[in-house]
Order: sequence, then structure tokens, then C-alpha cells
Amino acid sequence: MVITTYSKEEILEILSAIADPEIPVVSIQEIGMLRDVVVSEDGYEVLLTPTYTGCPAMGIIEADIKAILQEKGIASVKVTLIYSPAWSTDWMSDEAKEKMRKYGIAPPAHSSCGSIFKTEQEVVCPHCSSQDTEMISRFGATACKALYKCNSCKEPFEYFKCH
Amino acid sequence: MAKQDALFKYTLRLGDNALILSQRLSEWCSYAPLIEEDLALTNLSLDMIGRAQALLKYAGEIEGMGKTEDTLAFRRSERQYYNNLLVEQPNGDFAFTMARQLFISAFELYFYSEMEHSKDKTFAAIAAKTLKEVKYHLEHAKDWVIRMGDGTGESHYRIQHAVNELWMYTGELFEMDDVDKDLIEQGIATDLDAIRPLWNKYIGDVLETAALIVPENGYMQTGSRKGIHTEHLGHLLCEMQYLQRAYPDAKW
Ligand SMILES: [Zn+2]
Repeated sequence: MVITTYSKEEILEILSAIADPEIPVVSIQEIGMLRDVVVSEDGYEVLLTPTYTGCPAMGIIEADIKAILQEKGIASVKVTLIYSPAWSTDWMSDEAKEKMRKYGIAPPAHSSCGSIFKTEQEVVCPHCSSQDTEMISRFGATACKALYKCNSCKEPFEYFKCH
Repeated sequence: MAKQDALFKYTLRLGDNALILSQRLSEWCSYAPLIEEDLALTNLSLDMIGRAQALLKYAGEIEGMGKTEDTLAFRRSERQYYNNLLVEQPNGDFAFTMARQLFISAFELYFYSEMEHSKDKTFAAIAAKTLKEVKYHLEHAKDWVIRMGDGTGESHYRIQHAVNELWMYTGELFEMDDVDKDLIEQGIATDLDAIRPLWNKYIGDVLETAALIVPENGYMQTGSRKGIHTEHLGHLLCEMQYLQRAYPDAKW
């Protein structure tokens, strides 16, 4: 049996290919959920942080991580959920926000959330860039998104809430 | 009281509040007055089940008897639950559900704002995460209470009725016993006396904006600190625990 060992950086590189199951254009690394990898004699421990405490995608992501590493012959993998520091939309890279916008989801408007009310007022339409938009529902198809409509191009769209 | 014992009971209380309200809100799934609200209520429920999972898992670790979050959720009977009476109250109509949510979310906002600075690192981490979610829950409940209070004669009547009916369950939110005192001294727990005036002020302002009357502080229901509940919790647990009771250790 050939045992290949990987460095932390190599494992992170492999895992950066995993997409967010709910927004497949961004990876779990770009969105900030993939926090770290701890390499030890027992194997590899992947540290993940949930976007929302009840995020139902966590189970899928854990399975994806194990599957992609299994393909490389890495079986001793443990996935641990960490809550501190709490995930924030501030961790999303500008590239990830741009990918999200092109996909039709308005990215979180501000780098820091302060007042929910204020951030909700200033959502820009991902289709036509109009600022004349209106919230339809604060809670969308997933916990992280709200529903909006654009008064200029009349298209409905989702907004990734500031968190 | 041994430190571990106090911490275990305290963690159960917080976890049970999240779990029981989550179960209540999930009952709205496919029954909400409009589709957006169906999504909203189940989203709230999902946030709470996530919080309950984290807290009950931690409770199991503190107790050290090998219990998981699932064992604690599905194998305890009514008298072993420590959630506040407010969260186990039936959904009633939509006004009732929103009044209950306003009361509990405002409480949680101030509670977890304090707990974010707890010396217990797990509590501080869960609190920081929870706070981000509770802000949205509270905005949502507040919007609806104002809209109903300041709406039609019918909606005004219903929301005022809900506020009146639920008021007697709000006093218990701020009750403290030896568990609280022990843990406050150690810088772990939130001092409920300190957040009570903040809650009163917030709720007073919202109800005033909604053109609603703040009820008088009359008789307040109590019991959950000792595991004594209203008749509604037993029925809720029957449904929630049915599968694990009928088929112990059943797995998906
Ligand atoms: Zn537009």
C-alpha cells in the first residue's frame, strides 16, 4: 500500500473545487465557509463554518469533501463544524460577489452590516444595475437570501443578505 | 451546586427554547397565510433548529454521559424540559404567532448581546452566530405586529388579543434561580435583571407604534425552571418524539 501524504495547502487546493450547493458559481472557499485543514497522524481534519446555524447544505458539503478526497485516495478525513469566529458576508471576496451578481443574485451590499433596515434599502438589481428595487420577502428559498423585484427592468431577483 | 451541573441545566434551557419554538414554527409549513410567509416561518424554524443542535450537543458534552443532541431532544419527557412556557404555546392565528415571536426575539436579542461576552467560549461563539439571525427574526415580527396593529379593525383586534393573552407568559423570561446566580458570578450567564428594562422599553415602543395597548403586569405564569409546563408541551413532544419512541435508534 502506497501512502501519499498531502500538505495542508494541497488539501485546501483540492477542496477549493467544491461549489456551494445553493450557489454553484462560487466555491465553499470563496464564500468563506472553508476555514482550515489540520494535518495530523490520524489524518486530515477539515474545519468548516456554517453560513447559518441551520444551513441544510452542511451535510451535502461534508459528503462532497469526503468524496473529493476519497478520489485522491485520502480516506481518514474528519469534518468539524466551528462557530467561532461567526461567519460573515464580509469574508466573501469581490470576485465571488461579482460571480454571484452575474448568476442573478444581488450580493450583500455593504462590507459591514450595521443596520439591517439600511442595507435592505440599498439593494442594486443584478440584471440592470438599477437602484429602484423593492423587497418582496425578507426570507427567500434559502436562509441566506431575500426576495426582491426591480422596478426598472421588472425582473424578480434574490438578494444575498448581509450577515 | 457543582459547576458542571449548573452549566448543564443552563445550556438545556437555552437549547430547549430554540428546539421547542422551532417545532412550533415548523407547524406553519404549508399553512401560512401567504407563500412568502411560509418561507419566512420555516426559515426562522431552521435557524432555531441549528441553534438547538449546537446547544444540545454542548449540553451532552458538559453532562459527560455520552448523550448526543438527538438523545436529548428525543428521549427526555416533559418534566425534563426547561424551555420557557411562552415558546410552547400553540400557534393560534397568525397574530398570535407574531406576538409570541416579537416577545421572544426581543428577549433573545438582548440576551445574546450579553452572552456574546460570556467567559464560556462555546456560549460566546453560539451567541455571536445567533445574534445575526435573531436581528432578522425581530425585524420580521416587529413589521408584522405594527402592520396588524395599525391595519384593519379585524387585524387590530386580533393582534391586541394575542398580546393580551400572551402577556402572562413574559414575566417568566426574566426569572432567575441558583443556576443563574452561580453562572453570573462566574461571568458565564446573562443577568436577566439587566436586560429586563431594555426589553420593556423596546416592546413598549413597538406596541405604541402599532397603536396597541401595553397590558398591565398582572399575574405571571411560572414553572419551566422546575420543568413544570402548560398542557401544550406534552402534546408537542408526543408528535416530535413519536418516531424515536416507537422505533428507538431508527436512522435515515
Ligand atoms: Zn433591474
